[in-house]
Amino acid sequence: MVRGRLRQAFRRPEIYLLAVLIVLSAVLSAVRAEFLTRDNAFDILRNYAFLGILALGELVVLVSGGIDVSFTAVATVAQYIMGVIISTRAINNVLVAFLIPLPIGLTLGGLNALLVYYTRVHSVIITIATLSIFYGLLIFFTGGTWITDLPPAFVNFAQLKVVQFVNEAGVAYGLSILTVLWAAIGVVTWLILNYSPMGRKIYALGGNAEAARRAGFNIFRIQLFVYAYMGLLAGLASFVQAGLAQIVQPNAMVGRELDVLAAAVLGGASVFGGTGTVAGTILGVILIAVIRNGLIMMQISSYWHDAAIGIMLALAAGVTAVQERRRTRRLVRIDVE
Amino acid sequence: MLSSRAVPWPSRYTELAILILVLAVVSGLLGVVTGGRLLDPQSVEVMAFQMPLLGMLTLAQMLPMLTGGIDLAIISTANFAGITAAFILKGVAAWYATPAAVLAALAAALCVGAVNGFVIAEVGVSPIIATLATGIMVKGIALAITKGYVMAGFPTAFLFLGGGSLAGIPVPFVILAIGAALMALVLNRTPFGVSEYMLGSNPTATLFSGINTKALVFRTYLISGFLSGVAGLILIARFNAAQADFGSSFLLLTVLISVLGGIDPAGGVGTVLGLVIAVMILQVVATGFNLMGFSQHLANALWGIILIFVIAFRRVLPGAGGARS
Repeated sequence: MVRGRLRQAFRRPEIYLLAVLIVLSAVLSAVRAEFLTRDNAFDILRNYAFLGILALGELVVLVSGGIDVSFTAVATVAQYIMGVIISTRAINNVLVAFLIPLPIGLTLGGLNALLVYYTRVHSVIITIATLSIFYGLLIFFTGGTWITDLPPAFVNFAQLKVVQFVNEAGVAYGLSILTVLWAAIGVVTWLILNYSPMGRKIYALGGNAEAARRAGFNIFRIQLFVYAYMGLLAGLASFVQAGLAQIVQPNAMVGRELDVLAAAVLGGASVFGGTGTVAGTILGVILIAVIRNGLIMMQISSYWHDAAIGIMLALAAGVTAVQERRRTRRLVRIDVE
Repeated sequence: MLSSRAVPWPSRYTELAILILVLAVVSGLLGVVTGGRLLDPQSVEVMAFQMPLLGMLTLAQMLPMLTGGIDLAIISTANFAGITAAFILKGVAAWYATPAAVLAALAAALCVGAVNGFVIAEVGVSPIIATLATGIMVKGIALAITKGYVMAGFPTAFLFLGGGSLAGIPVPFVILAIGAALMALVLNRTPFGVSEYMLGSNPTATLFSGINTKALVFRTYLISGFLSGVAGLILIARFNAAQADFGSSFLLLTVLISVLGGIDPAGGVGTVLGLVIAVMILQVVATGFNLMGFSQHLANALWGIILIFVIAFRRVLPGAGGARS
């Protein structure tokens, strides 16, 4: 029984990801001692909080059988409105700033859900359209100007560390509040997907939409939840990104849709829906972060980063496809005998 | 592949009629609003020079989408081909520089197409993921070999491809017309074309009717790569410059145009004519907005709205809508 469980564990993509991550980190640490330091690890976890939160939202959409590419535009709109409000009114309160982008993201995500449900066209097409609409209108009305005068409370909040250490050089480092936010969203997403009725419905919809419909699930309600959740996380991620960048820059996020999709897919989520886990997605984001960070430390020109991540993604997808085919073949053989 | 088709796609002729109507309405409206400037010869010439790049990229997107797949690597492939050509154009001064550059660019694009085709057909990776990966990879390689610099300044013989005219017709437009005509011919008059439609509407049935679907999928992405390469040549000849990450916003636009042009994202339905009209609609909107001094961003937003409008309109069409529930 233990062996059976072990064998089952080895079929999970998270295990492979974790193994790749450990091997990669070991190699990097052997080459560059700075890699395996706590400040570098905390740095990575802070800098990728924004991408990580978006990847968790995309995971939920992928599990439901959809693909959302509009979240960067949703995040940009939410962030810009937040930036305008807190800088022009000089609202020196983080909680208020935090609460502004969330309803905006939620609303725009809900709009995506409405369009996806009523047109019945694959969500990738709908969200391509809404990406153009949200972003195009935002830049048209605002002219794309940057907002640099964010209030001090906001700027300081992003520097906040929940646990703080001081390294040998006397520089403070530690667990950033932004990383904690990412982790919290990870836990919430995990609870929703695994322990709430809605989460199970999302897996059911992604696994077989027709079966879910015939089983009497309210497809609209599931899709509304999924896209609104993605929108909500886009709003939250935009708050985190503004904290990281210390500036609101409308062209900073749009164009990174595929990065987020790549992270989720690397983590084992399938574009066909029905599969994907929170742990896998977080590992996928960390793997991308470690590759980029490692290449920088090995002083390999940053121009090679994209090539490396593309190769990684191709390998991961190839391995998954071959595994999948083997499993189907095994099933077929059982059928025949 | 992008299934979830609960609604039958409207017939070809309704489809084309709607598109022509939209084109007429959009041109008419913008023509009136711009005081006729949209339709004067100068604007038409500008449009004829601008349209082929997007048109060619959309043609490259068409075949994968017809088979129910997608090619997210077309822009990277076009830039990769453009950079390959640029290296030869900058390094070779002899008379044969231009033909050599063209051949090398197309060969480079075919290589990317072959990798995509192999990974999708033989390894069995889904097209979205496979082309996403190769797109990132190829862009990365192009970035690495150019170190992110722009390569500019090509010989006049080569620039003819992007800015020249043949009997008053812009050369890139001629290239697009030939490409579209060939594509229409192949799709409607060859076994390959018919098989492509079959593959898009039902891959299993296609396989069981004795067609080598793997070879078919492979060729689909090979052709997509080739057409991206042609687009890459038009691109660098028009701008007299090559760059690794040029025009990434075109990627989603090609998908948008394909759907606007009547290609069912689930595969199996779509015509070259519809596609060409959709490209024209977008070009008219872009040029019209430009003439009125509106930003390109507003045009982008409008394109998205037009797409959703067309999709919604298809839903309410008699005989086309009516969800089966």
